Amino acid sequence: MTHSPLLVLDGVSVRFPVGMDWLGRPIAHVHALNGVDIAVEAGEVLGVVGESGCGKSTLANVLTRLVKPTAGSLAWTVGARQRLQIVFQDPQSSLDPRLPVWRIITEPVFLREHRTVADLKRLAGDLAEQVGLRREQIGRYPHEFSGGQRQRIAIARALSAQPDVIVLDEPTSALDVSVQAQILNLLADLRRARGLTYILISHNISVVRHFCDRIAVMYLGQIVELGPAADVLARPAHPYTRLLLDAVPEIGRSLDAGLAIADTELPSNRRLPAGCFFRDRCPFVVDGCERPQSLAPFAGLTADNHLARCHRAADLVEDIV
Amino acid sequence: MADPSRVVLEIRNLTLRFPTYGGAVHAVNGASIRVDAGERVGIVGESGSAKSVTSLMAMRLLPEGRFEVAGGSVALCGRDILAASEKEMVNIRGRDVAMIFQEPLTALNPTRRIGRQMLEVIRLHRGLSGRAARDLAIRLLGDMRIADPEQVFGRYPFELSGGMRQRVLIGLAFSCEPKLIVADEATTALDVTVQRQVLHLLRAKANSLGTAILFITHDLAVASQFCDRLYVMYAGAVVEEGPTAEVLGAPAHPYTQALLDALPERAAPGERLRSIAGSVPDLTAELSGCAFAPRCAQASAVCERRPALIPTGSDGHRAACWLAAKAVQ
Amino acid sequence: MSAAGPIVAAPVAISDWGFLFYRIRKSPLTVLGILMILTVLVFVAFAPWLATHDPNAISLRARLAPPSGAHWFGTDEVGRDLYSRVVFGGRLSVGVGFFVVVIAGGVGAVVGCLSGILGGRVDTVLMRIMDVVLSVPSLVVTMALAAALGPSLFNAMLAMAIVRIPFYVRLARGQALVIREMPYVKGAYIFGASNWQVLRWHVARNAMPPLIVQATLDLGGAILMASALSFIGLGAQQPTAEWGAMVSTGRNFILDQWWYSAFPGFAILFTATGFNLLGDGVRDLLDPRQKGR
Repeated sequence: MTHSPLLVLDGVSVRFPVGMDWLGRPIAHVHALNGVDIAVEAGEVLGVVGESGCGKSTLANVLTRLVKPTAGSLAWTVGARQRLQIVFQDPQSSLDPRLPVWRIITEPVFLREHRTVADLKRLAGDLAEQVGLRREQIGRYPHEFSGGQRQRIAIARALSAQPDVIVLDEPTSALDVSVQAQILNLLADLRRARGLTYILISHNISVVRHFCDRIAVMYLGQIVELGPAADVLARPAHPYTRLLLDAVPEIGRSLDAGLAIADTELPSNRRLPAGCFFRDRCPFVVDGCERPQSLAPFAGLTADNHLARCHRAADLVEDIV
Repeated sequence: MADPSRVVLEIRNLTLRFPTYGGAVHAVNGASIRVDAGERVGIVGESGSAKSVTSLMAMRLLPEGRFEVAGGSVALCGRDILAASEKEMVNIRGRDVAMIFQEPLTALNPTRRIGRQMLEVIRLHRGLSGRAARDLAIRLLGDMRIADPEQVFGRYPFELSGGMRQRVLIGLAFSCEPKLIVADEATTALDVTVQRQVLHLLRAKANSLGTAILFITHDLAVASQFCDRLYVMYAGAVVEEGPTAEVLGAPAHPYTQALLDALPERAAPGERLRSIAGSVPDLTAELSGCAFAPRCAQASAVCERRPALIPTGSDGHRAACWLAAKAVQ
Repeated sequence: MSAAGPIVAAPVAISDWGFLFYRIRKSPLTVLGILMILTVLVFVAFAPWLATHDPNAISLRARLAPPSGAHWFGTDEVGRDLYSRVVFGGRLSVGVGFFVVVIAGGVGAVVGCLSGILGGRVDTVLMRIMDVVLSVPSLVVTMALAAALGPSLFNAMLAMAIVRIPFYVRLARGQALVIREMPYVKGAYIFGASNWQVLRWHVARNAMPPLIVQATLDLGGAILMASALSFIGLGAQQPTAEWGAMVSTGRNFILDQWWYSAFPGFAILFTATGFNLLGDGVRDLLDPRQKGR
């Protein structure tokens, strides 16, 4: 893995107005992202994990430029072709039911440049073969395919624009386990063959563990922990990461093992908590947690790029080892 | 064999067809499932395995006229569900058996407050009203660790988080102290931390009331943590059954093995995952032989005949595979 | 998450003729509607061959003759063959229906989809205009327009089309609002689509089914309204054969010569019923939730 950043997010914040008073001024704001700093490195698979409301989907929308950051910036390094594509979660609704598959696959191409139909069909056929579909199938419509095949179509579509980065937004969570394995293998093959960079957004820790080089754990619109996948998963430094990992069901492990919290309700993201965002739910809360925390390296880390947004990170890592 | 008086649900050799344009879909092909009192039984399988359809038949919740029972029987607390009239079913549902669905939002009326909906169900099934009904509802919400039940009472379903809604529905499902609760992918849409909490609450409440739970899921890990016994379904039939630890720890059917092998946690990071070759069989044709044979690496000529569930040797563990039979000999 | 269940919700493929035929066969009323409309269309298409007389040929010797072997539906007050006039009148009535629906549906679909996609101020302004049009009784608008532009069938058609546009705009806008939120549309914007491209490739296609249903149901209504306008003298003028106009003139003779009004009246009833049955059938067909039944 090279260590050259391809895409740098610097202090990205996004807030949406909610409700209007009679003058049309917003009454409150939803703070979806609160200062996300991350450099996506060329050729890596970056996993973004977190639960609903953590800002994963807003992050995807910022990356794909559907949403403009309210503050902060998103910058591509010079020379990058600045092409980013996306594969969505639900292969049912992410493909237009009334377009033939060759149209769907080549959509990123024909929207931007004029190409003949024969040309588009040839391109679609090539891509279909690369994702494990048959060339003859490109004249069919999405409903004639299974969920796994539809996700292959979505991957072919992302490839057609020759992107550098593909955002994978929960790409296998609507699929059966056996199909999930096929799709993850395909994505790994494509990455190797094309030198792609992936940003995998997922709530499925086993998928992230298997597939990612680096992991960013998000909570309430912030990255609370960032580091090499093996380090973050084996030696979580942030209490939230620990809680999350302990909640992941595992075959053969008791439902009662590990940390659990009584209060599973997220704090409102309309009025952000002061200090550490996780303070109210954290089992390790002490003095000092009322101050805002920064994402920083900590004593006792095993990888120099392992960061946590917790002033007790060093103690907590110790505690596990 | 289990004591017949303790059997809550007994589905025997159920065979269901769905008539469609392409011909009848042989959705369920001789599935047998038994749930004893107080037991947590899981049905696992992938889409198309008919795990949901089979479990819905425990309450006969499939739309009338859309399916054909081609064989088998369903008995709930000793009563023949297939022969019961719709009027009797209305009584049975909610009183003897309740259901929890995947998406709690669709199970609640969006235009009415939580409290009124709960009180209505309690009045209907328990015959309680006024103060008594309200006390029960608040106790149920409290059991589900809802901090401020009075306040949740006055809310509309959309004002609650997914986890909170699911807890309300679980509380409601227990309101009539049913003998059986069917939970169809009840925690699938929830975040893992919430899922964990919901599973805990569900387990605790079921234990305290002695309620049996039929838990349908595609997630083997959740099934492993929650269920005492498992049924693995494939193409509308049970291919393996037994105590959870046995089925997932020492699978006797190649399909169960293949499912476990396909999990990302079973491979080293970056290693290729083992997927299952081929696809689920076309159920518009009558199945002959083992349904998994075309995708099975260990298939042989004998698989052209359909194997029955064969005991593997350990207690209650059975697999519908000729290999299991061989292993026993 | 993996959704379970045997009922696959997928839009009906228009290419799947076998399935379409299967579904139609299961609904006898749709079959009846199709047969009725086919009958009307055959008469419209082959009017010159199916008519027994020249519809405008006057024969003063056979005035107001009752139905007979020579004149199947009888004759009118100047001896024109009513059967032939009903047959030729169908061309006009059905033609008017199609014209009105196509114009109103086409304009309404484009405006509605655009309004839905663009949103904001454009949407607000367009919808308020539609509200104004909707708030005036349609027959009044039609009569006012017909009166202002002069009574002719073309002006009547134009007026009827304008009055109907808001219904299609509302329908198309509602569809566009739903489709706009679909991931494939979100994707299209990420792939670099403009609003126009989104309209062309995604919204227009997917908004179509309910518009087609509305149009089919509306055809019967448009034919009825054209007849009504002709009946009150604002539509087709003499001596053009048109069902409404014929019923209107026949009204003067209704007590003694029942056949004069009855046959064109029955033709209106027949056609409008046919389109309504067909429209109901099409609505059921295009409902994706029905797949698999």
